[in-house]
Amino acid sequence: MMKPPRTRIGALGWVRANLFNNWYNSLLSLVTLALLGKLVPPLFKWAFVDSLWFSSAEACHDVDGACWSIIPANVRFIFFGFFPQDQQWRPLLAMILLLALVFYSKDRRHWTRFLLWLWPIGLAVMGTLMHGGIFGLPVVETSQWSGLPLTLMLALFGMFAAYPLGVLLALGRRSRMPAIKSLCVVYIEMIRGVPLISLLFMSSVMFPLFLPEGVTLDKVLRAQVAIIMFTAAYIAEVVRGGLQAMPRGQYEAAESLGLAYNQTMRLIILPQALKIVIPPSVGILISAFKDTSLVVIIALYDVLKTTKVTLSNPKWAGFSTEAYIFLAVLYFVCCYAMSSYSRKLEKALHTGR
Amino acid sequence: MAPTDTSAPPRVPFWRDPAKRALVFQAAALILVFGIGYFLFVNTQANLARQNIATGFSFLGNEASFEIGESVIPYSAADTYFRALLVGALNTIKVAFIGIVLTTILGTLVGVARLSKNWLLSKLAGGFIETMQNIPVLLQLFFWYAIFYESFPAPRQALHPLPGVFLCNRGLIFGIPLKDPAHGAMFWALVAALILSWFLHRWARLRQARTGQIFPAIRCGLLLCVTLPLLVWWGYGAPTTMDMPVLRGFNFTGGMTVSPEFSALLIGLVLYTSAFVAEIVRAGIQSVGTGQVEAAMAVGLKSGQVLHLVILPQALRVIIPPLTSQMLNLTKNSSLAIAIGFPDFVAVANTTINQTGQAIEGVALIMVVYLFFSLSTSFFMNWYNKKMALVER
Repeated sequence: MMKPPRTRIGALGWVRANLFNNWYNSLLSLVTLALLGKLVPPLFKWAFVDSLWFSSAEACHDVDGACWSIIPANVRFIFFGFFPQDQQWRPLLAMILLLALVFYSKDRRHWTRFLLWLWPIGLAVMGTLMHGGIFGLPVVETSQWSGLPLTLMLALFGMFAAYPLGVLLALGRRSRMPAIKSLCVVYIEMIRGVPLISLLFMSSVMFPLFLPEGVTLDKVLRAQVAIIMFTAAYIAEVVRGGLQAMPRGQYEAAESLGLAYNQTMRLIILPQALKIVIPPSVGILISAFKDTSLVVIIALYDVLKTTKVTLSNPKWAGFSTEAYIFLAVLYFVCCYAMSSYSRKLEKALHTGR
Repeated sequence: MAPTDTSAPPRVPFWRDPAKRALVFQAAALILVFGIGYFLFVNTQANLARQNIATGFSFLGNEASFEIGESVIPYSAADTYFRALLVGALNTIKVAFIGIVLTTILGTLVGVARLSKNWLLSKLAGGFIETMQNIPVLLQLFFWYAIFYESFPAPRQALHPLPGVFLCNRGLIFGIPLKDPAHGAMFWALVAALILSWFLHRWARLRQARTGQIFPAIRCGLLLCVTLPLLVWWGYGAPTTMDMPVLRGFNFTGGMTVSPEFSALLIGLVLYTSAFVAEIVRAGIQSVGTGQVEAAMAVGLKSGQVLHLVILPQALRVIIPPLTSQMLNLTKNSSLAIAIGFPDFVAVANTTINQTGQAIEGVALIMVVYLFFSLSTSFFMNWYNKKMALVER
């Protein structure tokens, strides 16, 4: 038997097949390589060769490269913001707890009723840790919650409160009762039609006008309400997709068994529909996580805002690129982990249809 | 429960009758919603009365007395709030329109590159998509804005990548042709060429249906669109004078300046949204079965024809609905302009709220304007979608 020609196997063969298989691909490869060659070395030099990692701000002004020192020098403030210095172990512990919960829930074998209880308990413990007031922990007002814990809390509580609301809205939108249906449609379309920051503005400038005299709601809580209202409308549309994907036969079978509406939904339809929409729901969670950064605009101190405060310190002014790249990596790692997990889940749940 | 008498029709108590129960539910829901609405309304009235804020939109006629950095129409601080808000709305439309066009182009390119057989190109496109999708758009805006303000030099040391183009912390400055009557005439020539090519295309289709002969209508149309304006330009004596930017003192004069705020907003929005568009385009193209392409090749179509006649019409059906929501997202995200100081509608409305205290009217205006943008975009896209959609039986 004759072996294939040497140019078709091994590294050379791979290059031929993947980069130079015809004239325009060769041209494209050459142009791309030339561009990369022009861009990557200076960037690499800036980021790694000429850069400083653990230095003072003064030393940074004397070098051409990146000044990553801004991160270690300010990491406590960027992560925990105005949370009292001596109490910062509490948000740290809360975040570790959250991470542990997330890792535990990743495994599909752990998806039991137990997990369903574990999450609210975990969130309650986290909230207690953050707020204090019992077990001798000093109270930390929400106005002092800032940095990464605030970002995570807004996203997580937003998702957890919005999901049931979204399911109700989706059911309402598919309901045969015209009044309920139109209320839900108006809500969903109104919220989806406007930018999130208009809702955040509403929560910050309009909401105080809505409440009776003397009643005030905390600023963080108001922003949280806006995020929940916004997320719920998007979840409603995702869940509606899942409900629409249910074959009519499922409803008819439930009806022929004599199940009532809420039994049908609770036992037959929703378990199947919600399973279909797990991957897009993760997508909503990712956007909710990214969208929490918008609270910067109504002056809440999430992790993006604490970074900006650091940058407004004249000592560290001028190193925004480095600080933003650090934040971008932080967000990227979280979101990428979620999205690749959702893709894996999609494959695992796809039972072939 | 007692056994029911089977001879008479079963008497259903009204709380078990689905029709009556539905009525009760709906009435309860309506009462609840309107009750909450009334409660909020009463509180608001009381609060407004206490703070001495007049309700209504009469403030729109008052003098705005704040400057707006950039505007499409003439505007000064002496103009009314209405005009200020109009300037903001036009700025939003400008960003959204240019952004949507650029996003569609870049997203399609990246989406096609992601599917390319060229390993390098496909991996690069994949990296671009993942990076852009997973970083909050607000952070990207801050990043580009910081690049403009911190990394680009002052006008005196402006970067000069191409003749007539300068890049500095005042934005992007480039030369434009000096105003000349020829440009107006060229524009009308282009319009005429477009109309002519539409008729040409129609005629070619009818002729192909009648006789089977193919006429290269698209190529002829393109040729027409290029040559007709050029001919007009030549007829006017081929004016080539350019209005070039010149460094005078601390800044450039002449030419066209694109502000750092606008550039940062546009770059951020376009890069972020095009990553999502790229995924949509990729999914759309992949949704066309390989058998379709093979069949098209088997009947002897050229690769351009395969793309134009077989792949695109089917892929577009999958692409258009999600593309519409990405366009709406871009428009809505343009409201983040407020964070980097570009005077879009939300930014102007926010200033108005702060100056007049008319929070309810301001937020209501923001919502109405964005609902209008959203509804008109989706109206247009739904019309286009209907045109493209598969008509079955």
